[in-house]
Amino acid sequence: MAPPPYATGPERAWYYTFRFACALIFLFLIGPILVIVPLSFNAEPYFTFTKAMVELDPEGYSLRWYQNFFESQAWLGAIKNSFIVAIFSTLLATSLGTVAALGMSSRYMPYRVPIMAVLISPMIVPMIISAAGMFFFFSKYQLTQTYTGVVLAHTALGIPFVVITVTATLTGFNHSLTRAAASLGASPVRTFFKVVLPLVTPGVVSGALFAFITSFDEVVVVLFIAGPEQRTIPIQMWSGIREQISPTILAVATLLVMVSIGLLSVLELLRRRSERIRGLSPG
Amino acid sequence: MNDAAPTTEINLTTADGVPLKVSLRRAQRRNKIKALMLVAPLFVFLLVAFILPILDMLTRSVDNPEVITYMPLTSQALVKWDGTGLPDEAVFAAAVQDLAKGSRERTIGHVASRLNYEIGGMRSLVMKSARKARKMTDAPYKEALLKADKRWKNPDVWLLIQRESAPYTLSYYLSAIDLKYASDGSIVSKPEHMEIYVNLFVRTLWMSALITFLCLLLGYPVAFLLANLPMRQANLLMILVLLPFWTSMLVRTTTWIAILQSQGVLNDILVASGLLSDDNRLQMIYNKTGTVIAMTHILLPFMVLPLYSVMKTIPPTYMRAARSLGATAMTAFRRVYFPQTLAGIGAGSILVFILSIGYYITPALVGGQSGRFITNFIAYHMQQSLNWGLAAAIGSLLLGIVIALYMLYNRLVGIDNMKLG
Repeated sequence: MAPPPYATGPERAWYYTFRFACALIFLFLIGPILVIVPLSFNAEPYFTFTKAMVELDPEGYSLRWYQNFFESQAWLGAIKNSFIVAIFSTLLATSLGTVAALGMSSRYMPYRVPIMAVLISPMIVPMIISAAGMFFFFSKYQLTQTYTGVVLAHTALGIPFVVITVTATLTGFNHSLTRAAASLGASPVRTFFKVVLPLVTPGVVSGALFAFITSFDEVVVVLFIAGPEQRTIPIQMWSGIREQISPTILAVATLLVMVSIGLLSVLELLRRRSERIRGLSPG
Repeated sequence: MNDAAPTTEINLTTADGVPLKVSLRRAQRRNKIKALMLVAPLFVFLLVAFILPILDMLTRSVDNPEVITYMPLTSQALVKWDGTGLPDEAVFAAAVQDLAKGSRERTIGHVASRLNYEIGGMRSLVMKSARKARKMTDAPYKEALLKADKRWKNPDVWLLIQRESAPYTLSYYLSAIDLKYASDGSIVSKPEHMEIYVNLFVRTLWMSALITFLCLLLGYPVAFLLANLPMRQANLLMILVLLPFWTSMLVRTTTWIAILQSQGVLNDILVASGLLSDDNRLQMIYNKTGTVIAMTHILLPFMVLPLYSVMKTIPPTYMRAARSLGATAMTAFRRVYFPQTLAGIGAGSILVFILSIGYYITPALVGGQSGRFITNFIAYHMQQSLNWGLAAAIGSLLLGIVIALYMLYNRLVGIDNMKLG
């Protein structure tokens, strides 16, 4: 891309300055995430590039922090817990949220705005306040320090994302399709599974991914209501950063970046697919 | 949708003779109920798992059960006391009985901590006297208690117990804004060395405003570029915004520790390039600077995405029209383009500001002493000092600010239009 041919001298100068500034901002956004990847292969227990690393000496690099990670019982337990909690809360949030989004996108839905405000509130209320409230309330019913408590809490936190994404998909939904299905004799349940669901699947899946990552990354609520049995990856990282910061954390961080790249790719594919289905882009 | 479709006969009734209006109203009501039934399960779930916990926290900020539960006789006896001089023998007898019972059942500690929040030293007075009260079996109790500890001669102690005998109190809220009750019940400000929370609220709001401003400063050009590039290039660059958005914020906080700490990447680069001498390394983390840098990075995508979605809707022809009418590039931008992006600026700024004032993890990890937010004190009172009433009061004040901003956001953008990613 070059500036338009009619641009004057100062305009050209501004054009390139602007591009350069944007490049710096993109560097600010992505640089930190790129820096930790090579750092996690450090052979020394430092958080910076050693001389050997800069000279690209193979001696300077090692997999010891990854080995540390995969041999540690604490980390492996945390991985297991993170997946248990994230999977169950995602299932719960996605099923409840999808059904509710069907109601919210109906033309006849009364009190839409106040109800929507309530459904979205877990996303807006500061995490520390949700955590404190849940700690007080859940401890009355012996739900703190249990998997059930953590799953319930994470379900609540993931719900807004499912509701928002599925409602957004449904607003572009053509309701004559359900009427056509009904006129052809399909029951409402059959219509839902055969007509509605296939069309809203991209929205449901991206909502589910949001709910999953919300649970998978969540620290504060787990910190307050989970016991030692329910330590998740973020909790393990949190205490690692606070107590004895070792490059094992960087290895975990690198693996988590890989997870987010994977999620981002899935989302991008879904977005393209739904645009193609709805005829918004040539494909 | 599978309701009998109203027919258009001349007398306006349906096929089975019901007037059209009635039939239509019935169908609409059925649709309304159907929509509500779909939302109901989720609504009930959120009510139990989220709204009730928040309400629990709000009640806890005014709840004051300790004195009235664990010193019931004293509370009752003090109702009649007029607050002048020392209470009479009946009150002392009730107090000795309560203290002795509390000491035997190990419940007096609750009262001791509760009173200690208001006047320092109350914990030791109550605990010590409670131990001694177990041996006081004969009247006059007044003399015995005064002998056990002469601090009981101070009428302020009794005024405090009388005031805290109420089942609800505002004293946690007063503490949260650096005020307290004087012994006569009037509200005064705390001594200067104990004033922390108002400053913390101000600091949190001020730093959040700074972070929001930095996000706007960095986010606006990026969103502008993304909105005006051809689709293919814009999608590629968008990944650079979305990848940080999808990366765990603990990971991003960790990377900033690795980069900014005094033996970290940035300082090493500066030293190696000779810009900085080795014993002069910059302290960029565990202070305000660290918090501002890390949080700007974490919240920047929340600014770019709403700005981008607004800028995407502005037709590029407007700018070209302005230019062809003789406006300079600067004027065209200022008079034509910028006003149309104000909605996006408002949405992004409020969103970033709301997220910022409630942030806990990043300030706790990289903030050190000077970069701490009000949230860090909520956590401190929840987990370390165990003064849950004060934690709840600070939390409720923060929640009030957030809800006010949320309503403003709703007015400006409409939560129906909220989009993700």
